[in-house]
Amino acid sequence: MKVLIPGALRSYTDCSQTDAGGATLAAALADLDRRYAGIRFRIVDEQDRIRRHVRIFINGEQVRELAQPLDVNDEIIIVQALSGG
Amino acid sequence: MMTTDAGTRPAGRRRSPAARARSRHPVVLVATRKGAWLFHGDADRKAWRADGPHFLGHVVSHLVLDPRDGRTLLAAAKTGHLGPTVFRSTDRGRTWKEAERPPAFAKAAAGEAGRAVDHTFWLAPGHADEPGTWYAGTSPQGLFRSQDGGVTWAPFSSINDDPQYHKWMGTVQDGTPDGPKLHSIIVDPRDREHLYFAMSGGGVHESVDGGQTFRPLLNGLAVVEGFDGSEPTFHDPHCIRLCPGNPDRLYQQNHCGIYRIDRPSDTWQRIGDNMPKRVGDIGFPMVVHPRDADAVWVFPMDGTSVWPRTSPEGKPAVYATRNAGKTWRRLDDGLPQRQAWWTVKRQAMTADAQDPVGLYFGTTSGELWMSGDEGRGWSCMAQHLPEIYAVEAAEL
Repeated sequence: MKVLIPGALRSYTDCSQTDAGGATLAAALADLDRRYAGIRFRIVDEQDRIRRHVRIFINGEQVRELAQPLDVNDEIIIVQALSGG
Repeated sequence: MMTTDAGTRPAGRRRSPAARARSRHPVVLVATRKGAWLFHGDADRKAWRADGPHFLGHVVSHLVLDPRDGRTLLAAAKTGHLGPTVFRSTDRGRTWKEAERPPAFAKAAAGEAGRAVDHTFWLAPGHADEPGTWYAGTSPQGLFRSQDGGVTWAPFSSINDDPQYHKWMGTVQDGTPDGPKLHSIIVDPRDREHLYFAMSGGGVHESVDGGQTFRPLLNGLAVVEGFDGSEPTFHDPHCIRLCPGNPDRLYQQNHCGIYRIDRPSDTWQRIGDNMPKRVGDIGFPMVVHPRDADAVWVFPMDGTSVWPRTSPEGKPAVYATRNAGKTWRRLDDGLPQRQAWWTVKRQAMTADAQDPVGLYFGTTSGELWMSGDEGRGWSCMAQHLPEIYAVEAAEL
């Protein structure tokens, strides 16, 4: 499935869009981390919680659980919340 | 894996050890809220060249050179949006590579909330006999160790998951504004099994069994009026340093004063009572002399009323003692004499090992100051940096 990468994470992927496979969001992020080592921990903490300033959308709908099932045609958008100063 | 290439020097042949020794020069490592810089100095410590920013936009809490190999640098970093990590350089900052497994707490059992590292705050190289060993302190409070030069990190000792220590750590609301911190990780240079660390809040702790167990070391330390001093939760050590010239002596800048302890005594002596009353003995950093255990420097801040955490009266000054805290001397020659409201954070002041000792501090307003004569005179090395979080002096 297609994955859109926010600017803050492109140092890992060198591109704004990539592909990942998996039957759940957890599996897709694990697949992403296999290809771009370290990227998952910047998005998800060690308790498997999506980090406070990160949002993940599947086909335009925000999801909060890594157990979210995915279909091969789904589109994942990872967004960094605009915060700080 | 995130890698960067600072690209500041063309790649060349490896130099011989003798050539490297001849070309060693002072370097000041500066970690800021928006990135990191290396300031390379000439032999006289007069001219400095800025190398940076590295990791522009990252909150860098600490940048430390491994004194055991003289070339490995570790940087504790995060951004406002993403999770925390550690970057490593094994070529003196030319290129950086991210740790394969940054410090992270153990996964909690099902149904339990579990803790997550917000940022790694403190980095400490291990004992000289343990090359590759590093310790890290995090926010919220956690103690971690790497045994491969910072590539992979694991929770260290039982404190991270110990119910008693959890109680002493308090909640995130009990800590400093950007999170409670574990800091001042100290390895006794004579005994790698002898460790200290401190927590803001949570007190000072010591291990004599290589970190398998720790116990509080709080006797003599004051707490905020009205709180129970026997309870580690209410203790707020800001910075602790062991004297290289006498490892039985440690100094501490605490939320409630300046202290010295001479082991094997387990009681801290308040030496800040000898500071001028109008200045007080509140501050963050503590700097020890590399050889003379009677000499230390502090940077007082305004800890009155609502705790402005500025230089007292807007007149920044270093205070020094040369007699283990019996008397203190104000050292402000060259520093602004009025209307300067910055201060210095706990990791942002340090000494080099030269003779006379060079002192360095970074301010909350992004200025880097140095003294080449043990504090008698000060000059500004750099202005307009982001808020400075940590300053370390080394030789490359």
